[in-house]
Amino acid sequence: MAKTHHGAGRVPRLLARLLLRALPTVVGVVVLIYFFLRLVPGDAADAIAADAGAATSAGMEALRARLGLDQSLITQFGQYVWGLLHLDLGQSVRYNAPVIDLIWQRLPDTVLLMVTAMTIAVALGIVMGMTMARFAGRLPDRLLSVLALVFYSVPGFWIGLMLIVVFSVQLGWLPSGGSGPIGRAGQGWAGVLVKPRYLLLPSVSLGLFYLSIYARLTRASMLEQAGQDYVRTALAKGLSPRKVMFRHVLRNALLPVTTMVGMHVGAMLGGAVVVETVYNWPGLGKLSFEAILSRDFNVLMAILLLSSFLVIAANVMVDLVHGWLDPRIQET
Amino acid sequence: MNAPVLDIEGLDIAFPMARPVQNLSFQVGAGETLAVVGESGSGKSLTALAVMGLLPPRARIAAGSIRFGGRDLTGLKPREMQDIRGGEIGMIFQEPMTSLNPVMTIGRQITEVIRQHDGGTEEAARGRAAELLDLVRIPDPVAKLDAWPHELSGGMRQRVMIAMAVACRPSLLIADEPTTALDVTIQAQVLDLIDGLRRDLGIAVLLITHDLGLVAQWADRVVVMYAGRPMEIAGAEALFARPRHPYSQGLISASPRAQGDRGFRDGPLPEIPGNVGSAASLVGCSFAPRCPVALPDCATRRPALRQLGAAHAVACPVAK
Repeated sequence: MAKTHHGAGRVPRLLARLLLRALPTVVGVVVLIYFFLRLVPGDAADAIAADAGAATSAGMEALRARLGLDQSLITQFGQYVWGLLHLDLGQSVRYNAPVIDLIWQRLPDTVLLMVTAMTIAVALGIVMGMTMARFAGRLPDRLLSVLALVFYSVPGFWIGLMLIVVFSVQLGWLPSGGSGPIGRAGQGWAGVLVKPRYLLLPSVSLGLFYLSIYARLTRASMLEQAGQDYVRTALAKGLSPRKVMFRHVLRNALLPVTTMVGMHVGAMLGGAVVVETVYNWPGLGKLSFEAILSRDFNVLMAILLLSSFLVIAANVMVDLVHGWLDPRIQET
Repeated sequence: MNAPVLDIEGLDIAFPMARPVQNLSFQVGAGETLAVVGESGSGKSLTALAVMGLLPPRARIAAGSIRFGGRDLTGLKPREMQDIRGGEIGMIFQEPMTSLNPVMTIGRQITEVIRQHDGGTEEAARGRAAELLDLVRIPDPVAKLDAWPHELSGGMRQRVMIAMAVACRPSLLIADEPTTALDVTIQAQVLDLIDGLRRDLGIAVLLITHDLGLVAQWADRVVVMYAGRPMEIAGAEALFARPRHPYSQGLISASPRAQGDRGFRDGPLPEIPGNVGSAASLVGCSFAPRCPVALPDCATRRPALRQLGAAHAVACPVAK
């Protein structure tokens, strides 16, 4: 980076970099997504008519005129971009409410779900990978490898359905869906306390796939690092194998894992669509699923914009973590 | 030689399919530098790792003893061996560029070994670490404690390795090809440093190398190894003045630096014909297939080390 930036504070520099990276991505996302979405057959008027069960062609024309769908695609796009520049994400056709309100309403639940799922995936994945590396080639490694392969190859919705069958239907331990109890039980502190019961199954369903990736990656990375010269030096210092593993090997082995986590933050939102639908979790994933069905393009655009911001922010976070884990990576 | 610090007797190191070190015996006296020389694959590094108890997973000590400080290291529990590693025996390695942990400061890597063996607080260990960096002549030692390995040159990193190896005042320092990866000018500085520490701290040095130039300059005594067996054990001056074993003779005449006062000669260097190959599997002398003076017996009977004087032993029936 240029010399002039050296004196500047860390946070402003970071934000500047975030914006610099975000701008071209956002422009690309807006243009591509807007036009690709229009390739989908049908528009909001069709969806509304289908919901109503019947419609006259005159009524449809009137509806299209009211929604602005009768204008040319370029004009519609121009209006949308003009709105964006004024921080206006538009109206939702289906909910008849500003898109920004819908997003704010759904965002907390999705963030909670994703953060929980990612925490489970990273924490358990690293522990599992370390265990596999510790027993490489022996029975615990083989068993965990099979488990990781199962988690990797079975789709999230199926795992979700099976977890519901076992833990909700058969055992009755956990609720089968929703994000909290209805009525007074879901208010205040009581609501906070029961939340984890609702959160557990969806976040496990969402996280298992990523858990298996981090487990395999941690295993391979630990084994690779274990053969490095500095590990022999650490052993020659008389450190116990445990200390060598935790103090020396692990930190070096975590670099590739953090890179993957950053890349997965965006992908996880895609997984959330399925999992939120299965568990009836009122988050952005479920909202985008509904938006696709009702051709509610303004809502969909907003969610996709948000997710691209999320990916960029996650990448900047990963850079920060890398700089902290490995001093050789200069913050540029 | 003084009372031995390290006494290796009849050492065999075995892999499942091979036995790369066989019947190796030598002693390292207190405060002396013993060099073990040999080609790649002669088993010299394995010997060093065996002393440290750091043999690769599939290798094991099949026979013999390694006596150090009144104990046989081959019979110690892993926990007891940990206390000796880095405490009573320090070791430095060939590659200073990769031998330090890249994500840990120099200071932390030194205080780690001090606290492992001597205990104490991080502050106390940091003070001692700065002293050690000063001891190995690293400029501005207190500031260097917070430096990362990638900020130092290869020579500086090897100095840090030396500081770590001598941090707990060991009685033996094993240096496995300590200067192979360094520039020639830096080589001399690093070996000077090791030699100074040997003198000042009374540490015995086991120098593993293939560089005869280093041996001539820095070693008190030399073990010449070939295919896992000792060929000749002698004082360094005696060896270079008059090598007795045909292999030693070949090595020294093939070394451009060992020509002494005559400087570098014109024309090609002499070579030892053939290669180490699978010499370990032979029943007789492992050097016999390449030996210019081999007797018919040499291929079938393995010659034992025999004394040619008070401090000179050679494993060759022809040598006089």
